[in-house]
Amino acid sequence: MAVAVVLLPLLGGLIAGILAFATPANHDARHTVDRLAQYVTCAAMIVAALLAVAVFYDVAVRGNVGTDDLFRWIESGTFEVSWAVKMDTLSALMIMVVSVVSSAIHVYSIGYMHHDPSIPRFMSYLSLFTFCMLALVTSDNLVQLFFGWEGVGLMSYLLIGFWYEKPSANAAAIKAFLVNRVGDFGFALGIFATYLMFDSVDFDAIFQAVPGKADATMRIFGGEFHAITVVCLLLFVGAMGKSAQIGLHTWLPDAMEGPTPVSALIHAATMVTAGVFMVARLSPVFEYSDVALTVVTIVGATTALFAASVGCVQNDIKRVIAYSTCSQLGYMFFACGVSAYSAGVFHLMTHAFFKALLFLGAGSVIHALSDEQDLRKMGGLWRLIPVTYVVMWIGSLAGAGIWPFAGYYSKDIILEAAFASGTTVGQFAFWVGAATACLTAFYTFRLLILTFHGAPHADEAVMARVHESPAIMLWPLIFLAIGAVTAGFVGYSAFDGEGADRFWGEAILIFDSHPALEHAHHVAPWVKFLPLSLSGLGIAIAVLLYAIRPTLPDAIARTFPGLHKFLLNKWYFDELYDMLFVRPSFALARNLWKTGDEAIIDGFGPNGLASGTLNLASRAGALQSGFLYHYAFAMLAGVVILVSWYLFSRLG
Amino acid sequence: MTTFPILSVTTFLPLVGAAFILLIRGTPEEVARNARWTALWVSLITCVVSLFIWFGFDSRTPDFQYQEEAQWIADFGITYRLGVDGISMLFIPLTTLLTIICVLASWESITERVREYMVAFLAMETMMVGMFSALDLFLFYIFFEGTLIPMFLIIGIWGGPRRVYSAFKFFLYTLAGSVLMLLAMLAIYSEAGTTSIPVLMTHRFPESMQTWLWIAFFASFAVKVPMWPVHTWLPDAHVEAPTAGSVILAGVLLKFGGYGFLRFSLPMFPVASIELAPFVFGLSIIAVIYTSLVALAQEDMKKLIAYSSVAHMGFVTAGTFTFTPQGLQGAIVQMLSHGLVSAALFLIVGVVYDRMHSRLIDSYGGLVSRMPAYAIAFMVFMLASVGLPGTSGFVGEILVLVGLYQVSPVAAALVATGVVLGAAYMLYLYRRIVFGKLTKDGLAKILDLSPREIAVFAPLILLVLWIGIYPAPVLDVMHASVENLISQIDAARGSALAMAGR
Repeated sequence: MAVAVVLLPLLGGLIAGILAFATPANHDARHTVDRLAQYVTCAAMIVAALLAVAVFYDVAVRGNVGTDDLFRWIESGTFEVSWAVKMDTLSALMIMVVSVVSSAIHVYSIGYMHHDPSIPRFMSYLSLFTFCMLALVTSDNLVQLFFGWEGVGLMSYLLIGFWYEKPSANAAAIKAFLVNRVGDFGFALGIFATYLMFDSVDFDAIFQAVPGKADATMRIFGGEFHAITVVCLLLFVGAMGKSAQIGLHTWLPDAMEGPTPVSALIHAATMVTAGVFMVARLSPVFEYSDVALTVVTIVGATTALFAASVGCVQNDIKRVIAYSTCSQLGYMFFACGVSAYSAGVFHLMTHAFFKALLFLGAGSVIHALSDEQDLRKMGGLWRLIPVTYVVMWIGSLAGAGIWPFAGYYSKDIILEAAFASGTTVGQFAFWVGAATACLTAFYTFRLLILTFHGAPHADEAVMARVHESPAIMLWPLIFLAIGAVTAGFVGYSAFDGEGADRFWGEAILIFDSHPALEHAHHVAPWVKFLPLSLSGLGIAIAVLLYAIRPTLPDAIARTFPGLHKFLLNKWYFDELYDMLFVRPSFALARNLWKTGDEAIIDGFGPNGLASGTLNLASRAGALQSGFLYHYAFAMLAGVVILVSWYLFSRLG
Repeated sequence: MTTFPILSVTTFLPLVGAAFILLIRGTPEEVARNARWTALWVSLITCVVSLFIWFGFDSRTPDFQYQEEAQWIADFGITYRLGVDGISMLFIPLTTLLTIICVLASWESITERVREYMVAFLAMETMMVGMFSALDLFLFYIFFEGTLIPMFLIIGIWGGPRRVYSAFKFFLYTLAGSVLMLLAMLAIYSEAGTTSIPVLMTHRFPESMQTWLWIAFFASFAVKVPMWPVHTWLPDAHVEAPTAGSVILAGVLLKFGGYGFLRFSLPMFPVASIELAPFVFGLSIIAVIYTSLVALAQEDMKKLIAYSSVAHMGFVTAGTFTFTPQGLQGAIVQMLSHGLVSAALFLIVGVVYDRMHSRLIDSYGGLVSRMPAYAIAFMVFMLASVGLPGTSGFVGEILVLVGLYQVSPVAAALVATGVVLGAAYMLYLYRRIVFGKLTKDGLAKILDLSPREIAVFAPLILLVLWIGIYPAPVLDVMHASVENLISQIDAARGSALAMAGR
């Protein structure tokens, strides 16, 4: 059954892909083909989602864990990899979240992409994307995980660049692929290091062998390092790329060039959560390296704050939400860093719902405003698109972590666990996380107010055409909104409360010496209330600045121009990378070509020799006869020498 | 021996076909048409025959199979001896398949001296298959060097405007290499007293001699691969060669070097191989990074793909000298994969070159809106070239890197940067040609792939995906031979250590 969940989206995607090549004769035929592609992919996806729910029940509740081996993939010496579908609570949960959210996005896309000329291609990409993610989360070894890992990278490249005539979309697509590749480079080295250490890349074999290698060391660059730490850090570089953590995050905001359902799919349910999933999946390895966990915590916490700070000043509605994703992923990582893996995964799930909701809601707004994405040109929409307005409220409350919405529960347990971890970095993560909660609430409500309240800033022609989205887009929104309301308190006890041990089974390992999650339930009350009140404060500031005194934000920006520019330009990461990597690479490339190859190697090598022998050659006549003749002569001479040598050595 | 001499048949069938084509008489159009069809049928039949070599291959044993032996120059101890093992076998179907594709790819683009062209290709097929199945030093040398004659003709007669310079460069490089190899062969001959490759593979050459012989062979193979810094002939040769010439050059001829290392350097000179492995790693690392960067700056599509070939072959040389099962199998898979992928990429360039007569990247853009089938074929090969999991490129690269990491994590990390750079130049190329708005002059009416072109690409796409998703049949074939080779090297390493210890 789990195998069917993985393969159904592949099947749907392939059928739609074939349909994309159909060249219908007229408009009606075109319409039929489009419809067919939509029905096939949506049906496959919805069936997969229903099966996934059944699988989840079977695995997580009834404890039917196991692995289906499909067929051999790569076998060389002891390096043995198979295609497989592994099912434990973590995988089952992931396939459920991924397929359910993806189903909602599939259905929504029918409405959103209504006018697009390449509907079958789009639906095909969406389904294949989902397939790659499912293959990733059901892998029983690192290499298949890497297949899904690179697969989602590829599909996101295709989806971000979906509107291929737009130069900015193409640039963003390449950037996404390359930045991910940089992460994947680390991930691949991590796989090699794992294999070298454990002589296997299968999770089960690795997990069994870890205790025996707890103190092993590895020699790199002449120094001895704790081997498990090296492995974990290399793999984490991959996670940083995929989950857009600080340093390798630059692709994510640019990825907004893709159609909005893509943003929802990439940023909510799939791809970016792969890094968090991987760390949770490898908890039995990460637990052995305090250094790696510390790094994970610091990177996560820093990203949370950094991305939130940038999100506060962005003017593109989708970019605000994109930075919010970065920031929320930071929360998930520092949860894992303090060994509260289940809390991280819990937040992954609630986030999948409210972030997909926010993106699709934003898509509904963009749709209503004739493709306007600039927050400064919105406002006053709430009466005109009431359903979108309500669901955006729900998404925002969940995102800001307000009780009793889903985000509250998961963010709460993460911050408590960080506080309770008893480590310095844990404390750091807690305070940073709490401050970030304030920023989160601020930018979320800034977005809400600028979009829906105040005076309309769009021109009248646009305002006149504002309309609520069709039902096919609203139902997925309502469905996700229900998830954003309920996922928190429904999941809480199973994920991190009383039933957690039974629920997770052996999917996640936590040392007794890392009791953050244990202690999280016994922290002082203020630890619980501080983030919540900071969120409230954030909302209050947003209301003050954007609803009550709308002139204040500009005044503040003028007072601190340096800070404002710094944030607006996203801490200048793009400029820095351009200066450090992109330009030097191209300059070096040209130099190696013109100087290295043409001037030095050719200059001293063949061309130098050539000028010496050219005389001879020109005397020998035209090239075809001349050089061939020389060549054949040289070969013959060789044969003669060979034979004579032989004769001499025999006879002589 | 009463068994069917399948290797000889595969080797010489194309030559018989070539002779047949020479006999064709009639008007120039008739000759051209008949030459094309004859070449197609001959190459198809040869390919089918070669598949039976694969079907009947026993992958459990590392021994040479389908051995044929005939006295040739008895007085000098030179024998006509053919045979294949798990290392060489798969290159034969690769060669025969690519020959069909070359014939098809030249169907319309070659209009002058078609008969001679087809003869050259079939003659080359004979040389190539013979090279991979030769088990006699003398025979090997003839086939190895013999391939260059048709290749010369193909570049020299049907090539582009700078063919004189390119062929000249090709000539100088290869000559320099083969002179040294020839000397080494003489030395081998005098030392071992035989030209039988199976015997030589188990012969223990004195260590002092091994180093020199190794270097001499290396000179020849390194040019063929080509390794940095003797690679500069390749971009020029590719640029001037007709499409099918590039296909066979990238697809098969470059593999001669990699195969040579596996057939000669490693088994015959194991001690020297072990000692000089770091040197090979160094050159491979430079090749991967240097040529990937150079590829990034190219403005000519064919040059870009030629440079990417050098980078990909850097993986092969690095993997070969790890002496690990993964490294060696990875190197062979990488060669097979590169044979398919780079051949396909040159065909991809050829498709638009045939239509627009320009190789400059700048003359294209936005092709996807007129050529969706072309775009998807290009996409598959681009992804295989960047080593995306699920394509053949991934299997080769990851195995090479797994092997290399065991020997030197730093070297593996450096070679792996090629994966990032490879993605950079390929994606950048693809974007400039396929994506964007279609605004350039003359592109407005460009046509998508014809049925003939689809027939060319379809088998390549299927093979690239097949090796990517289910490479087990390919890996199984080479398994025993690779293990055997490694145990030979380990034995040599052991005895060398014992000697040093004494």
